Amino acid sequence: MNTARKIRVLVAKPGLDGHDRGAKVVARALRDAGMEVVYTGLHQTPEQVVEAAIQEDVDMVGLSILSGAHLTIFPRICELLKENGAEDIMVMGGGIIPDDDMQELLANGHAQALFTPGTVTADIINWIHEAMKDRLS
Amino acid sequence: MYDKVIEGVLNKDRRMVARAISLIENNDNGRTKILSEIYPHTGNAYVIGITGAPGAGKSSLVDCLLSTLRQQGLSVGVIAVDPTSPFTGGAILGDRIRMQEHALDKEVFIRSMGTRGSLGGLSRATKEAVQVLDAAGKDVIIIETVGVGQSEVDIIKYADTTIVVLTPAGGDSVQTIKAGIMEIADIFIVNKSDLPGADRTASEISMMLDLGGSLREWRPSIVRTITLDGSGITDMHKAIFEHRDFLENSGHLQKVRKERIRRDIIDLIEYRIKSTVWEQISGSEEFDLLTNQIMSRETDPYTAAAQILTGINLDKCKV
Ligand SMILES: Nc1nc2c(ncn2[C@@H]2O[C@H](COP(=O)(O)OP(=O)(O)OP(=O)(O)O)[C@@H](O)[C@H]2O)c(=O)[nH]1
Ligand SMILES: [Mg+2]
Repeated sequence: MNTARKIRVLVAKPGLDGHDRGAKVVARALRDAGMEVVYTGLHQTPEQVVEAAIQEDVDMVGLSILSGAHLTIFPRICELLKENGAEDIMVMGGGIIPDDDMQELLANGHAQALFTPGTVTADIINWIHEAMKDRLS
Repeated sequence: MYDKVIEGVLNKDRRMVARAISLIENNDNGRTKILSEIYPHTGNAYVIGITGAPGAGKSSLVDCLLSTLRQQGLSVGVIAVDPTSPFTGGAILGDRIRMQEHALDKEVFIRSMGTRGSLGGLSRATKEAVQVLDAAGKDVIIIETVGVGQSEVDIIKYADTTIVVLTPAGGDSVQTIKAGIMEIADIFIVNKSDLPGADRTASEISMMLDLGGSLREWRPSIVRTITLDGSGITDMHKAIFEHRDFLENSGHLQKVRKERIRRDIIDLIEYRIKSTVWEQISGSEEFDLLTNQIMSRETDPYTAAAQILTGINLDKCKV
């Protein structure tokens, strides 16, 4: 029976801007890589994202952000995860994020990995597998 | 670690409720311990099953139902099941999208599950997740499942009230319903009643019930809904509680739940015996030898099965 441990990822599209094509592409790629992807759709507030991540007991949250609000959303999500004792849930993100901001978010631990729009999904999957190594063993 | 999870579930700690479900789903070593220790705290939740073809509007209806149940002051757990890809083992679990309005309500707990290895049926983990939410004090638990494969028939094993969702879809929907599904419904919902053909669909269901259903004491209700504007939602809510009253007043609820417990025990016994037997015969030389002897017609499967069973030690499955 196929009941082994599976990697669970929440894919969300916080913020007000309106399309989730990128998020859907990533969601499908992760599914095809054997993961369980909880997809929550558009216009999520950080509070909703974190609450869903907790109830779904995901290993990581993937955020797609195109609105330029990354410098507020990532720190807020990390703060909320901490408040809920859920800081073991990893955070990754993708979207249009300037280089400097990216370095800042990574340096402050507000995201464990960030991917630019050109990233191939295989790189994201590899990163997840690498990050999950310790937990799955 | 398991003690902390169990204590957390009983204290309604959302993180621990979520963790308990994962441990069960992953068939973790602590699964049996968790389930048996929370068991005394279960049996209080009312379980509603909702099934229907992909895209019929099940999640949207759950969302509407969450609102009416919450207005009534009831706490609600939702388990939303989506199919696991048999090829990759992965799944996209998208039912939450329609329930976001309730995401921050602390009295609502929504959990998405893949069917994983359960061949299209409801997995054992689904039933066990219901127990976790029950032990965590939810008054009502809703299971949403895709109406394909075995799952819509399975759902009546777990649900007190089973809702089957249909749509007008060109008027031919009722004829094409698979055998079996008409029998499981306690309530029929004709959703998307804003589309043409809803009346016809409803009267066809009614006719089918007239033809077949006279043996049942409960005549399933038929409710037309439009989730887009909330039409019919109050009626759906009412129909659920009418059915619940019927079950309680007629003594059926006790009967059904007792039957469920019997089946649970039998399932568990079967499962234990099967895995114990399998452990002992897989790779055994005797098994191989007998297989060959059957091939050459020196013996037959019936004699061989009896011979293998005499050598099986069942003590291991008794602990
Ligand atoms: N016209 C109309 N569309 C509806 C109604 N209810 C739901 N829908 C639409 O039907 C689509 C599917 O709705 P869901 O609630 O996700 O359906 P579901 O049965 O949960 O789907 P799966 O979980 O994927 O099987 C969405 O695009 C809804 O907006 C309705 O009453 N009328
Ligand atoms: Mg759904």
